[in-house]
Amino acid sequence: MRIHHARRLSQVFFLALFVFLCAVTRMGTRWTDVRGWPVNWFLQLDPLTGLGTALSTGTVFAGLLWGVATLSLTMLLGRFFCGWVCPFGTVHHALGWMRFRTRSFSEKSEANAFHSAQSIKFYCLFVFLGMASGPLFFLQRWSAWDSAAKTLGLLAAVGWLVATWASGEEPLRRKGSHRIEGTLTAAVVFLLGLALGRFPAAVGSVQTGLLDPIPFIQRSLNQIVFPAFGIFQPEGLAGNRWTQGAWLLGLFFIAAVGLNAVKPRFYCRYACPAGALMHLVGRRPVWRMVRITERCTDCKRCETVCDAACRPSTNLLPGECTLCGNCLVVCPERAITYTAATVPEAKPSPQPAVHVSRRRALAVLGAGLAAVPLIRLEGTTGRRFPPSVVRPPGALPEPEFLRRCIKCGQCLRICPTNVIQPALWEAGIEGLWTPVLDFRAGTSGCQYRCVACSRVCPTAAIRRLTLDEKHGTGDFADRGPVRIGAAFVDRSRCLPWAFGKPCIVCEENCPVSPKAIQTVEALEKWPGPPLHVRSRQGDRLMVDGFRPPQNAPPLESLYLAENLHDSSRLRPIRDWGDGWIAVGPDSTEGEQTDGAGSGGNGAAFLAVKLKRPVVDHTRCVGCGICEHECPVRGVPAVRVSAENESRHPERSIIVGKI
Amino acid sequence: MEKQESGPSIVSSRRRFLTHGFCYGLGLAALWGLGLSLSDWVGPSAQSARPKGSTGPFDWSVSSAPKAVAVVTGTDRAACCAAAIAALGGMKTFIAPGDRVFLKVNAAFASPPSLGATTHPQLVETVVRLCREAGAAEILVSDNPISDPASCFRLTGIAEAARRSGARVGVPETRRFEPVTLPGGRYLHEWPSWTEPFRRADKVINLAPVKHHHRAGASMICKNWYGLLGGPRNLFHQHVHDVIGELAALFRPTLAILDGITAMVTNGPTGGSLADLKDTRTLVVSPDPVAADALGAHVLNMDPEKLPYLSRAEKAGAGTLNLGSLTVHRLSV
Repeated sequence: MRIHHARRLSQVFFLALFVFLCAVTRMGTRWTDVRGWPVNWFLQLDPLTGLGTALSTGTVFAGLLWGVATLSLTMLLGRFFCGWVCPFGTVHHALGWMRFRTRSFSEKSEANAFHSAQSIKFYCLFVFLGMASGPLFFLQRWSAWDSAAKTLGLLAAVGWLVATWASGEEPLRRKGSHRIEGTLTAAVVFLLGLALGRFPAAVGSVQTGLLDPIPFIQRSLNQIVFPAFGIFQPEGLAGNRWTQGAWLLGLFFIAAVGLNAVKPRFYCRYACPAGALMHLVGRRPVWRMVRITERCTDCKRCETVCDAACRPSTNLLPGECTLCGNCLVVCPERAITYTAATVPEAKPSPQPAVHVSRRRALAVLGAGLAAVPLIRLEGTTGRRFPPSVVRPPGALPEPEFLRRCIKCGQCLRICPTNVIQPALWEAGIEGLWTPVLDFRAGTSGCQYRCVACSRVCPTAAIRRLTLDEKHGTGDFADRGPVRIGAAFVDRSRCLPWAFGKPCIVCEENCPVSPKAIQTVEALEKWPGPPLHVRSRQGDRLMVDGFRPPQNAPPLESLYLAENLHDSSRLRPIRDWGDGWIAVGPDSTEGEQTDGAGSGGNGAAFLAVKLKRPVVDHTRCVGCGICEHECPVRGVPAVRVSAENESRHPERSIIVGKI
Repeated sequence: MEKQESGPSIVSSRRRFLTHGFCYGLGLAALWGLGLSLSDWVGPSAQSARPKGSTGPFDWSVSSAPKAVAVVTGTDRAACCAAAIAALGGMKTFIAPGDRVFLKVNAAFASPPSLGATTHPQLVETVVRLCREAGAAEILVSDNPISDPASCFRLTGIAEAARRSGARVGVPETRRFEPVTLPGGRYLHEWPSWTEPFRRADKVINLAPVKHHHRAGASMICKNWYGLLGGPRNLFHQHVHDVIGELAALFRPTLAILDGITAMVTNGPTGGSLADLKDTRTLVVSPDPVAADALGAHVLNMDPEKLPYLSRAEKAGAGTLNLGSLTVHRLSV
């Protein structure tokens, strides 16, 4: 077995593991359900998840420390993750290989030749890092020694990533001026951050997930690929799982995998920000691929198989190399070796091949830094909050939520009801693919006795809840329940309110006890001409020209009435037919002397007794089960919006302590 | 982490090994040090991000102040105000030299002073001057109005009056609001409020016009504290009397100056027409805000007992409705 066989085994293993972990991300107790499986492991291994959220929150949540392990190994070995572990990388690798395997020598070496556009991924990385870094400039981060030290550490880490770039490539005599310009640019970016950091709600947004490979493939598999084939779905959801904006997710996924037709590993080479991060950390690994110039006959065979386009036949770029090992295998002279030893190299090329100048990196960082306040000016995290964006229970206040959510879609996947959907634009442009609840999708509203999404979230954008905390019981009795919104009855659409039909499905399904949806009783005239009772035979009243109205409410809620305000004059209707109505006794029957009763002289009419829903917002948690169950399916007659959510006290519609 | 990749061409392999070991070790140590120090195994909790704010009651009353109320009849606000304060022992009774004074005006609406919906600028100017003469070091005029704050201060003439008399106007900024709590309160619990003006004040004077108010009955001194609240305070209208009672319990002013020279008797609290105003020619000054409001109710021909918030304020210890227990100075200018 040679090295590329081992690599392929590793790739297959990790891809299979990844798919398996995706597949078991579903509620249940079988071994193929979530149970104790480390379903977030790949997201945690991905160091960009950890770095992005560390910059924006100043913390590394639980398992994200795995990313440090990845970076450590990368520092020593190079980008093993890309070539040996990353499941998305494996997909690209395999597709690229299939596409180009039958091409000619020159076509292959052209496809795998280094291209200067490979530096685009660094722009992606730095713009995302810049967007996440705003909170580094909060005053309170610097007000205590320990948090100041941590913040300084993070700032230094970003600084180090930028500083790995040379300051410029001009002749040596201009080096001094370049250094000054670089320092000035850094100062400008720093001051920009300082100036923008004054408005804490307006800075810090983690957008790494847009292009980060693990969240990318995780959401693509879970929300597009698996549902389309109906595979690996929770019980009952196969063929019944919907994804809002599936077309856009699909477009991104198909584009990413389809571009392998242009160049092998197109996405990895040009777009992947995690790869860019690992390039920077692993550009001078201890062990590396090295070309031994004395042995090399310049046959260029390595160039035809180089997956990462890292120039193995000339000055091999260790930062680009994904350790695929193909060059080791094809070299007939054994001129390429993976070693920690120093091997005399060919003379350095005139300029570094992958090059983003220090100033440019800083400028991109600054652009990212400024982009977030620019987006936030829209006000969607403040007074102009979109009322349709109902977040899962436990979601942090919006600005903090956006500092953590990596759009991986784990909450969408674990949700047993499919009520959590990826946002399209409703949560603002930076909220793309973040979780929002759509109560019309899925098999139910947000289940009352479920906290699955809060337990699975790898970054605690949805903080961990217990049922006690969610319900406001036990230790949390004084805080009240976690509310995600509030239900409102639309009286112009509600069947009992607007159409005289008994319904109250919403009241019945309200899971809160005592119920958050209560009913008020009402008696209403049923539309129709007045009824003139001609005569009476026992309980049967003969009514001229009467025909039982179609679409009438059921008999048990119908009464024959003369006066809505006199309940003693109501007779329950037992049965009816053309020209007659059979009534039960009214409440005063015993003492009634007038034989003809209500049929005597006055006109009577049909009245319907209704229970109508009203919402008690001190109890409503916004679960939306009522909205899901409402028989008015298009625009339901009871709808939940983000008012009253407990993560934003300023959106409260409850007054005083309850 | 910087490494010496291409050092001098002749390096002993041991030295190279040590340098490498040192550099990579340093890098790994930095990486793990940062990672471990940032690691958070618990995650955020519900309350973590929110400051608790400050807890009241906030008491700026002066113990040496007389238990009295001055009711002045007249039409000139400046003269009435000066006479009333003189009757209570002069401004020096309330303001000590070097004091920082906060004038809580009612600047709720962006309407001109002639409509009587807001504290009259002439009154602001007079009180600022009296404070200055008593030796106040710094005087801040502020409110968190209902309409756009800057427009309110400008159109009511309060900004100009403050500028003329040497006071500063504090325009509220939502992001600087802090939660305040009334211990035992049902409504004022960690409620975002415009605390900056009073947090650094030694004395607080409440300056309010007498107005009819559709929901609360009357808007005078106690109702004027609404203007320190931020957040969704409009929710409080559902329980307006309880909330005003709690406000009176939370904020204890040094002095209450209630302007009933022209009272708004209909269409309150906004008014909007001269027809809503009545020439009532009364100005009430007292260290007791509840007593001042009781007298103000009479200006509106209302029975103070019929304003539930006043009895609630009295019960909370904010003042007295029993005017018999106070010295009432009745003057005419």
